[in-house]
Amino acid sequence: MSGTFLGMPSFQAAAKEALGNAQQRRNLEHATRTIRGKRAQVVAELDDWEGLRRTAAAIKDNVLTHLDSYLLQLEESLTRAGATVHWASDAEEANRIITGLVRATGTDEVVKVKSMATQEIGLNEALEEAGIRAWETDLAELIVQLGHDRPSHILVPAVHRNRAEIREIFLREMGQVGAPPPAVLTSDPRELAEAARVHLREKFLRARVAVSGANFAVADTGTLVVVESEGNGRMCLTLPETLISVVGIEKVVPRLEDLEVFLQLLPRSSTGERMNPYTSTWTGVTPGDGPQDVHVVLLDNGRTDALADSVGRQALRCIRCSACLNVCPVYQRVGGHAYGSVYPGPIGAILNPQLRGTTSEVDQSLPYASSLCGACGDVCPVGIEIPDLIVHLRTRVVDEHRGGVPSGEQLAMKGAAWLFADHRRWEKAQKGAELGGRVLGGKDTIGRLPGPLAAWSDARDAPTPPAETFRTWWKREKGGRR
Amino acid sequence: MTSLPGSGLRVALFATCFNDTMWPETPRAVVTVLERLGVSVDFPLEQTCCGQMFTNTGYAREALPLVERFADVFEEYDAVVAPSGSCVGSVRHQHAGVARGCGRPALADRATAAAGKVYELSELLIDVLGVTDVGATFPHRVTYHPTCHSLRMLRVADKPLRLLREVRGIELVDLPEAEECCGFGGTFAMKNSDTSVAMGADKAQHVRETRAEVLVAGDNSCLAHIGGLLTRQRSGTRVMHLAEVLASTERDFAAANELGGPPYAAGARDGREATA
Repeated sequence: MSGTFLGMPSFQAAAKEALGNAQQRRNLEHATRTIRGKRAQVVAELDDWEGLRRTAAAIKDNVLTHLDSYLLQLEESLTRAGATVHWASDAEEANRIITGLVRATGTDEVVKVKSMATQEIGLNEALEEAGIRAWETDLAELIVQLGHDRPSHILVPAVHRNRAEIREIFLREMGQVGAPPPAVLTSDPRELAEAARVHLREKFLRARVAVSGANFAVADTGTLVVVESEGNGRMCLTLPETLISVVGIEKVVPRLEDLEVFLQLLPRSSTGERMNPYTSTWTGVTPGDGPQDVHVVLLDNGRTDALADSVGRQALRCIRCSACLNVCPVYQRVGGHAYGSVYPGPIGAILNPQLRGTTSEVDQSLPYASSLCGACGDVCPVGIEIPDLIVHLRTRVVDEHRGGVPSGEQLAMKGAAWLFADHRRWEKAQKGAELGGRVLGGKDTIGRLPGPLAAWSDARDAPTPPAETFRTWWKREKGGRR
Repeated sequence: MTSLPGSGLRVALFATCFNDTMWPETPRAVVTVLERLGVSVDFPLEQTCCGQMFTNTGYAREALPLVERFADVFEEYDAVVAPSGSCVGSVRHQHAGVARGCGRPALADRATAAAGKVYELSELLIDVLGVTDVGATFPHRVTYHPTCHSLRMLRVADKPLRLLREVRGIELVDLPEAEECCGFGGTFAMKNSDTSVAMGADKAQHVRETRAEVLVAGDNSCLAHIGGLLTRQRSGTRVMHLAEVLASTERDFAAANELGGPPYAAGARDGREATA
């Protein structure tokens, strides 16, 4: 599976290709529309959704302000409960730690709970290089893995696939890596789920090591929480002897009571359910019950860089619900792959350039992957002002490019700013537009524009200027008044 | 009628650079509507642009002098009106932030104070003047697109629709998926033109499903995008700013019928006729 996104083209180029994939667009439109409707319905049921959002934002902001002390408290609680805590500053260090822990058990395979943090660090690929096979057990992650594909959504990574495609992937791939599907398999969801169940059951019963992430890590008790729908996560969290959890440092919440807020917000925002079917919590080692060798890898991987940006750090409130993806008109048409990261959609547009920096072409292009329509900010359960952060990161990208040989865009912006800086200059420029309007006579629109403006006129007629601006009319008609 | 709703009120018109240059019929319609309601309208000639294009493309430093100019020009007025949800959104939601981000806290305070007096047209009419019936007549089948910034930045909610419902002769039909973005998005329309067009194509399709003659919105920029697609498709549906619908009266129609076309419509721009 190619989980790495290095060398990805810019969003613009990747989006163009994705827009041409008719099947994917159909699948995405259907899936996002369905989940959007479900979310709206269950959110409307609560009396004070806004109050919950504000509370969640306040809890997260408090954590981010005092992250150092909460993390030390978490380490202490985890250690007291029998877990071993590891600190990883980046993906490479995290992968090295996990590979070492798996090797030490003498096994060559792990079962995985669906986890964004492990996707983010490319753990599966790192383990594969070390000769360790990692089996995804979340149904959608399994589909992606078997299809040698990349995830395209945070919650439903195979959202770009439909039933018929999934059936085909199962028939082609499942038997090569474990229990095969039945010889006769239709695209009925129940049959597909049953095939996955049989395939995964074998792996659950055999595995000695599991790798998970965590939705929340409670500082004062050392409790980790995984929220899921299928129960496959719980199999991983309870059956193997060794459990390794990779936890982003922003996942800390101070107290167990704080979960009351997040467990109301998360399922409603992500799957559109009042409550998710499985919420698993564990606190270090419970003697004689479940994994007896428990490790927690606390992962930075760019998070402290984001924390250093007083505006951008809001993005670290994110609880990975994916409501912003489902409501985004850009994501709905382009899908997740074009974002070149496991974090697509609006949250990806503000998270990736902060976690990875803005040196690559794709990370520079991501803040521009938005029409700034504001739908994402409205649904975010932790109140991240996503459109504002997008603008903030655009400013960062532009400022980082200042000082060199100016690009066409920079020249155009500088020129326009110069014109607008003095209304007399601006009026002179408008005279040019009026002349153009007179030359074009009665034409209201124009079909072809030259140079870079063709990006507009390739599919859209362009408006023509009028023969008289408002300003000219005002001076003539009402000039005496002001 | 001795006292009109706007009697004694002095309002500055912020035409916006786009409307001033490309769609003068829109700010002219604002003048018509407001004067009809008794408002005294000023157009301070020192105004240029709110800087939204710069801010939203990442050029905050280029936007800064425009934030300052806006405060200079408009802070003396009791109320300022602009026929653009997007530009009002930028003034209200971004100006202070641009100033603060550029290390100008005193300007940020001035920008906040100035922004507090700026209204989008439907806000001024309903919230300040307290009118929904502006005395307009527009006997056409119309559908209304709520632009993103008027909807989600300014939260004008159904104010434009309340104004449209009072227009004589209008046949107002709901636009399917109305609250979804049309895909214009400022420089997004150029930088991500393929995605922008894909979004716009769906919006245009929904507009066509309504079989409306006229698509109305409060932002000419969005209308240029959707309208550009509709005319490329030779759809026969035209676009029009809310202000122009509200400015239309029975007398306009009587006059226009003699000339053979509706007023303010595509192809009947007064400015162009003046020089024809």
